[in-house]
Amino acid sequence: MKAARRLFHRLTSWVTSARDEELLRAEFEEHIAMQTEENVRAGLSLIEARRQALLKFGSVEAIKESYRDQRRLPFIETVLSDTRHALRRMRRAPAFTAAVIVTLALGIGATTATFGVIDSILIRPLAYPQAEALVSVSHTVAGIPGIATAPCSPSMYFTYREENRIFEQFGVWSSRGASVTGVAEPEVSRALFVTYGALDAVGVKPLLGRWFSQTDDTPGSPETVMLTYGYWQRRFGGDTSIVGRTLTIDSRPRTVIGVMPEAFRFQRDPELILPQRFERNIQFLANFQYQGIARLKPGVTTEQANADVARLLGVWLNAWPPNPGMDRAVLQNARFAPKVQPLKQDVVGDISTALWVVMGTLGLLLLIACANVANLLLVRAESRQQELAIRSALGAGRGRIAREMLAESLTLGVLGGALGLGLAYAALRILVARGPDTLPRLNEIAIDPLVLSFAFGVSLLSGVLFGVIPIVKYAGPRIATALRGIGRTVSHDRERHRSRHVLVVVQVALALVLLIGSGLMIRTFQHLRSVPPGFTHPEEIQILHAMIPMAIAKEPERVMRMQHEILDKLAAIPGVTSVGFGSRAPLESFLVNANPIDAEDKTFAQDHMKPLRQIRRIAPGYFKTMGTRVVAGRDFTWTDLYDGRRVAIVSENLAREWWGDPGAALGKRIREIGPADPWREIVGVVENVYDDGVHVKPPEFAYWPALMDRYIWGGENGDAVVSGMFALRSNRAGTEGLLAEAQQAIWSVNGRQPVFLVTTLETLYDQSMARTSFTLVMLAIAGVMGLMLGIVGIYGVIAYVVSQRIREIGIRTALGAQPAGLLRMFVRHGLRLVGTGAALGLVAAAGLTRLMSSLLFGVTALDPVTYTSVSALLIAAGVLASYLPARRAIAVDPIQALRTD
Amino acid sequence: MKDTDVRQGTLALMVLKTLDVLGPLHGYGIARRIEQISGDLLTVNQGTLYPVLLKLEQEGSIASEWGASENNRKARFYRLTRQGRKQLQTEARSWEQTAAIIERFFAVKGEDVK
Repeated sequence: MKAARRLFHRLTSWVTSARDEELLRAEFEEHIAMQTEENVRAGLSLIEARRQALLKFGSVEAIKESYRDQRRLPFIETVLSDTRHALRRMRRAPAFTAAVIVTLALGIGATTATFGVIDSILIRPLAYPQAEALVSVSHTVAGIPGIATAPCSPSMYFTYREENRIFEQFGVWSSRGASVTGVAEPEVSRALFVTYGALDAVGVKPLLGRWFSQTDDTPGSPETVMLTYGYWQRRFGGDTSIVGRTLTIDSRPRTVIGVMPEAFRFQRDPELILPQRFERNIQFLANFQYQGIARLKPGVTTEQANADVARLLGVWLNAWPPNPGMDRAVLQNARFAPKVQPLKQDVVGDISTALWVVMGTLGLLLLIACANVANLLLVRAESRQQELAIRSALGAGRGRIAREMLAESLTLGVLGGALGLGLAYAALRILVARGPDTLPRLNEIAIDPLVLSFAFGVSLLSGVLFGVIPIVKYAGPRIATALRGIGRTVSHDRERHRSRHVLVVVQVALALVLLIGSGLMIRTFQHLRSVPPGFTHPEEIQILHAMIPMAIAKEPERVMRMQHEILDKLAAIPGVTSVGFGSRAPLESFLVNANPIDAEDKTFAQDHMKPLRQIRRIAPGYFKTMGTRVVAGRDFTWTDLYDGRRVAIVSENLAREWWGDPGAALGKRIREIGPADPWREIVGVVENVYDDGVHVKPPEFAYWPALMDRYIWGGENGDAVVSGMFALRSNRAGTEGLLAEAQQAIWSVNGRQPVFLVTTLETLYDQSMARTSFTLVMLAIAGVMGLMLGIVGIYGVIAYVVSQRIREIGIRTALGAQPAGLLRMFVRHGLRLVGTGAALGLVAAAGLTRLMSSLLFGVTALDPVTYTSVSALLIAAGVLASYLPARRAIAVDPIQALRTD
Repeated sequence: MKDTDVRQGTLALMVLKTLDVLGPLHGYGIARRIEQISGDLLTVNQGTLYPVLLKLEQEGSIASEWGASENNRKARFYRLTRQGRKQLQTEARSWEQTAAIIERFFAVKGEDVK
């Protein structure tokens, strides 16, 4: 308590110190004056009286000193004064200081920004109350080839909800587009469908109104909807009277019951939240398309949860009927197993490796930057060597000199860090504003206290890192050697250059690691780009979605005719060379439709799930527009569609799997799902389309006509694609003009229904490679910066060596040394450094790049092409960096050189 | 070092006692009083008193304010706070105890310890 009070006084008096000093002097003066008067009264002369008084008081300065020590915090004052000195010295060398601070700011800024991203995405908990208790509930299905996980079916929802022992709340959700009409422009909004329990599990209370209750889930009750904050602000300007109003969603009126708060986040960023209703008595085992979300009861671990879900799976499998035409054994053999995992893992996805690789890369870059700064500091310390020696001869202790040097490097570190933090802040702002949608939790990215302390810690650490080297070398007692240098310079010994050489070798080695990392990413990108994706010139393909609602056309053929009419109008737009229609575009992986396929001449085991095939329904012209090659047979014709012919097209890989050759597939018959479906004859085989991105093998496809006599459980008079994708091939793709004309063409037929999911195929193609290109860009930046810093390092060392050996060069030239020989000597010197660095770098790269092998495609982490070409590049750069300063050596005039100092 | 610590400790106690007896007083007055009481036994530079005063003030045992001295000049007067009075009591007691123990130790003769 007492100590605390003293500390407080010391801190406050530190602010008032100038005035305190004055008061203290007054108090002392008064004291001495009183003693003097007393002495005068005792009979001494005035002068003698004052002398005696002063003697009695003791040394004023010594007392002041001890008074001051007590009054304030001497430690902090020393630090401040050291910092002040450091700043003063820096002002005297602005170029040096600027170079150091900018180098550090780039290094620290880059690492801090990346750490900010890592912190927001990977470290910080999700923005829900007690987020650690939230889990996602899905399943692994080892028995079905080609499927990694299966979400929940409605029947599972009922079983889990009613019989679990571990969930406090459990619900399922799904998301899709929902059209909102009757309010301003028609549009399709991102809608989240939740059962009762899902929002309760998340635990975020609505801002206005209420959550869904169990009655909202009951079929037949009034239809309701909740809005998210952003949508409420955007469409209704934050009008609080919205609760109770009615919106038309997917052509049905729904009452708004509540608004979620601004901080509410959910996967796929919903705008509307609608209740998910299941008719209990028509549910079967299968229909796995709902994501499970749950809040665990307090104290329940994910292991316990998995064990309980394993038990529930057994209950479920026997409690519900199998789907019509499906054997219960199929699901038994699918080997369902629980996969309950923290919700965060689902949200974050597979981005973490890429982020850590980038973080590691930038850490290496920061190390290179520190090595560079250490080198600069060494040069400075060397030039100060005589000053330091004199000071040390005059009695400055080793500790004091070291402290001063450390203060200087720490100040540099902190200044660089402050600038770097500014850069990181700007970079993160840009990232949030225009970052890729594929980055999870993008809008949560911000600089928080953890990031701040990271930046501060990294700054101090780098300060120590590059500060220690010159201290170890120069703060020691080397008076004799240093003072000797005051006279004529003696020739330089190797020992003196050693630490600078070591630093350059380290720099080169680290730069090589960075370059190899970015080289591997470049090769990965090249390989990805060289895979024929199954479409051509994606930049020319404009994609948009539109729908023909029931209110406009009920009969499937009428729907198809309207789409045909739209296609004709789109084709008439100037600059459009071809148009296509289909249930969806390539690479629109969020709209998956997959089912098992039967072939008439093949037999399949009845009790095993058949592999899933991608299903797409298309109109004639789709392949021509996409640029997908027809390998055998033909495309659909409009006659096929309107006459209801039972025809099909398959992908080349499916044809090869079953019949060995695309030509052999023609005339064979296939069907979707089960015995109730009619057989359809294969009339064409098309090339494979990499629908899940070019880094995974292309899925097998069955293409059906967009208009069919029936589709799975379609109506009596046929089935058409009601909401589908229109593709336009045009060199105007992606322009506002084309879009407006296309929208007019569509609206003239379907009466202002929303046009949505507008994009170009190129955007989808780029998005499918977003992780690769993101990593590539980051590594390439780091690699180039590393290379540049490395070159600067080599250049600096060689230039320094040359300048130190001017006299020697002069003597050699005077004795007849050839310029070419001198050049070779210095370039060889540089090459030795680069060679050593490169050799070490190759070893380090071989070890480190293995960590990024999951990001690579088409190359191994030890790709010889990358390793040799990058080493060659580095060595060439090293030769250049040594050649330039070495040229100065041969320009030396021997007379001049011998006359210096 | 040790010597100063002891002296500072005793000096602080003397300052507190002086202020207790005489009431608010300036630095010179305190120094004179201590000199008078201790005679030549304690010869310290008067100036060393000031760091002690600062420490006591920082700890809250004494407080100070500026006022007019006897011959109407500006002087800083120190006074005992309530906490200082309490501190004086406890320290005086512990000082007496220490003194008593030391005294007893010196009173013990060689043959008593066997």
